[in-house]
Amino acid sequence: MAKRIDVTDLDIYYGSFKAVEGATLSIEPRSVTAFIGPSGCGKSTMLRALNRMHEVIPGAYVEGKVLLDGEDLYGANVDPVNVRRTIGMVFQRPNPFPTMSIRDNVVAGLRLDGTRRKKAELDEIAERSLRGANLWDEVKDRLHRPGSGLSGGQQQRLCIARAIAVEPQVLLMDEPCSALDPISTLAIEDLIEQLKERFTIVIVTHNMQQAARVSDTTGFFNLSGIGKPGKLVEMAETDVIFSNPTQQATEDYISGRFG
Amino acid sequence: MSTTLEPTGTPVPSSAARGITGASVRPGDRVFLGLSRGAGLLILLTMASIAIFLVVKAIPALQANTANFLTSTAWFPDQSPAVFGIAALVFGTVMTSIVAMVLAVPVGIGIALFIAHYAPRRLATALGFVTDLLAAVPSIIFGMWGLQFLTPHMEGLGEWLNTYLGFIPIFTNTLGLYSKSILIAGVVLAIMILPTISAITREVFVQVPRDHIEAALALGATRWEMVRLSIFPFAKPGMISAAMLGLGRALGETIAVALILSASYDINRHITEPGGNTFAANIALRWNEAGPIGLSALVASGLVLFVITLVVNMGARAVIARRAEFSGAN
Ligand SMILES: Nc1ncnc2c1ncn2[C@@H]1O[C@H](COP(=O)(O)OP(=O)(O)OP(=O)(O)O)[C@@H](O)[C@H]1O
Ligand SMILES: [Mg+2]
Repeated sequence: MAKRIDVTDLDIYYGSFKAVEGATLSIEPRSVTAFIGPSGCGKSTMLRALNRMHEVIPGAYVEGKVLLDGEDLYGANVDPVNVRRTIGMVFQRPNPFPTMSIRDNVVAGLRLDGTRRKKAELDEIAERSLRGANLWDEVKDRLHRPGSGLSGGQQQRLCIARAIAVEPQVLLMDEPCSALDPISTLAIEDLIEQLKERFTIVIVTHNMQQAARVSDTTGFFNLSGIGKPGKLVEMAETDVIFSNPTQQATEDYISGRFG
Repeated sequence: MSTTLEPTGTPVPSSAARGITGASVRPGDRVFLGLSRGAGLLILLTMASIAIFLVVKAIPALQANTANFLTSTAWFPDQSPAVFGIAALVFGTVMTSIVAMVLAVPVGIGIALFIAHYAPRRLATALGFVTDLLAAVPSIIFGMWGLQFLTPHMEGLGEWLNTYLGFIPIFTNTLGLYSKSILIAGVVLAIMILPTISAITREVFVQVPRDHIEAALALGATRWEMVRLSIFPFAKPGMISAAMLGLGRALGETIAVALILSASYDINRHITEPGGNTFAANIALRWNEAGPIGLSALVASGLVLFVITLVVNMGARAVIARRAEFSGAN
């Protein structure tokens, strides 16, 4: 149930501003791909273009192709709503629905696809997803309390549970640990390790150790100058990027010698 | 405030010298505390004095009254013996307000939603500006407009309701007359409170954090599903407040209603027929011609209106507080 992604020559715009230029990359199923690079180089933009979340910003659009197992996500009769059901997303700041209980948060996505499910079935999916997000033991006694009452790390795992409850093909994560303490960060890294058995995962991170720990493939994005679009400088197996990059810019960035 | 950056030589004690014990209240804090306490007290005093005024002034009429104040539909307070009651006023006030709310709340929320989350930005700005302007139009203007312009246009609606929905008692019209009705007054009230409701709900709709909106969209929600998942739950307290403000205005609206209704003191369930009266309109219409007991009776009816609005407001507050734990505020 995991699918591959192939991006060819993708230009991503915010109105007249081109944020990412000429991105071409492939993401293997059941792998973890990390996007790294300096702030503002277009990592989030790239990630959001993969499930058509980019275009919810007024004026934003893309040119180029994004294929999910060969099917163009930006094809003429593709509904972005369906794309987002297939490719889930976890954000930098945990964003559970504040008015919903923990359980309702987890199954929120299941209420959207039009099929009616029995309460017992929803309960079961909620438990399975919470277990999948390593959160079950911590919340099983308070499933009907508000999700906003959890700690930041728990909230982020709740958001992961919500994203995997709908059984997506791909899971996108935009700096999922940047608001979390080291312990919660480790919990999420462990979780990513488990989730990659079932999902294709793409993660944006500023933490180089994290990229090295969790990812199989790493893509380095960079800016050629202020106001210029970001570009994918190189993408390769994580070991290669961190030990033997082909580009000087990558070398400078990962070794911390950077402007 | 750190003192390490103070230029040397200024006689400000260093934080070490001042220590961390002891209460240090700065003058600004003290002034602000005094001001806010004073303002709070002033509001309470005003409320109390209004309540006391109403009760004291109402007592003579209530003592002189020989009919049941709550259930009688007559209004002859200056006769002897005095005969008056508020039943017809309660009915008229509640019915006009219900009509107004039924029309204005969904439409107002719809307009706000359109402006905040559907309309292209240019159109949204223009529409927002117009609703804000409408909210500021004085009610006498709405009253004249309702009487002169709306009444003839409402006849068709009244007839239509009678023909097709006449089996529902409130829409039956046995007189064949459609002017000066509770329905028309309610529609005018609806138009009056519509901008208030949509201006306030729009304000809360645009405050919904992007995080919540994107959470729904990223799950594969359509725009309407996103509205239900993210916008409405977050904005609910604000929507209730907006509706209550509108209701408050509808309940207390005087001049527009006084112009439109042909004052009568019976309870006519057929809201498309002429007739009906409200607390506020009745007070405005009767005040100048009233004798001493008449004035006192009007004050007594004002007291009831005061209580109704208080109860409505407290009810709204209770609704908002009930699920405060699940609100978007934390
Ligand atoms: N909503 C937006 N409207 C216009 N421009 C935007 C918007 N969001 C991002 N940008 C611009 O697009 C470029 C790429 O931004 P993006 O957020 O993708 O960077 P990033 O690599 O994720 O940075 P960070 O590491 O700080 O999160 C930046 O120049 C940014 O200013
Ligand atoms: Mg980013």
